[in-house]
Amino acid sequence: MTVITGKINEIIKPENLVYAKSPLLNDVSMHYCPGCSHGVVHRLIAEVIDEMGIQEQTIGVSPVGCAVFAYNYIDIDWQEAAHGRAPAVATGIKRVMPEKYVFSYQGDGDLAAIGTAETFHAVNRGENIVMIFINNAIYGMTGGQMAPTTLVGQVTSTTPNGRNVDLNGYPLRITELIAQLPGAAFVTRQSVQTPAAVRKTKKAIRKAFEIQAQKKGTSFVEVVSTCSSGWKLSPVASNKWMEENMFPQYPLGDLKDTGRADPDLYKVKG
Amino acid sequence: MAKVRGAVVVDNEECKGCNLCVVACPTLTLALNRNVNNKGYHYSYMENPENCTGCSNCSTVCPDSCITVYRVKVEQ
Repeated sequence: MTVITGKINEIIKPENLVYAKSPLLNDVSMHYCPGCSHGVVHRLIAEVIDEMGIQEQTIGVSPVGCAVFAYNYIDIDWQEAAHGRAPAVATGIKRVMPEKYVFSYQGDGDLAAIGTAETFHAVNRGENIVMIFINNAIYGMTGGQMAPTTLVGQVTSTTPNGRNVDLNGYPLRITELIAQLPGAAFVTRQSVQTPAAVRKTKKAIRKAFEIQAQKKGTSFVEVVSTCSSGWKLSPVASNKWMEENMFPQYPLGDLKDTGRADPDLYKVKG
Repeated sequence: MAKVRGAVVVDNEECKGCNLCVVACPTLTLALNRNVNNKGYHYSYMENPENCTGCSNCSTVCPDSCITVYRVKVEQ
């Protein structure tokens, strides 16, 4: 207990520290736009790896998209993958070095469009990797084009009148599809727009890494995110838009938490 | 008087003025500064430092990890 006379300098002392930047985050400015959810998720991954003490055993696979420079920001080993192929690269790394923690970090253009095949087959094989999926319903890096996850009626640079189902099809709920695959161990959808949501997402990411250590199967964490530049909104308005429009289409919560299915269920009888 | 007092230190040059910490602050401590940093962003600062309880909501939502939080218990 300390007597405080109201001076800020008496509070700002190392022994009173409550929260500081994770030591795993490099001392560089992130290239992300103001208010981008990528920064929060990067920080959560760094904090989880730091708290679990697995900095030397973790290998990340970065995607093509806004998070392509993720290797500049988190001080662990990284491998850059071709567009959409992060789960395939993560599979290879995990099979060669099964004692390492391997995770892929992908956006919706990477994971749900060009990399759909790699995503589904990696999960279907039940690879012991963590897949982190940032879903902001748009191609942020290339200038806000329509992604498979774009909502019906959402205006993007390639759907200036809003996404039309007759022409562009329906939004792809990839996490629901992943949850049906027998190789998936833990499938969840979270968000990072409020302090409570950030803490829940951190717990989910930590659980995903712990499931990898237990060799239970693939963990898939979707984070419903904002793209204020692509949506042409302020960061605060983006969060509100996400709550009003994204959450009804992409409801939050755990979709599967059972571990990989029993192989005996799929065996031939004779 | 509050049982805890807090203070935050914002890295002015890292802050991109996204305003998320200002919205997340339950005690109306934070605001965006009228001045801008070298990147041209209105950085976040403690407008009402006496309100801060060190809850670390601001640092939890900060995408650029530029907020450090301190907290002390206060003798009544």
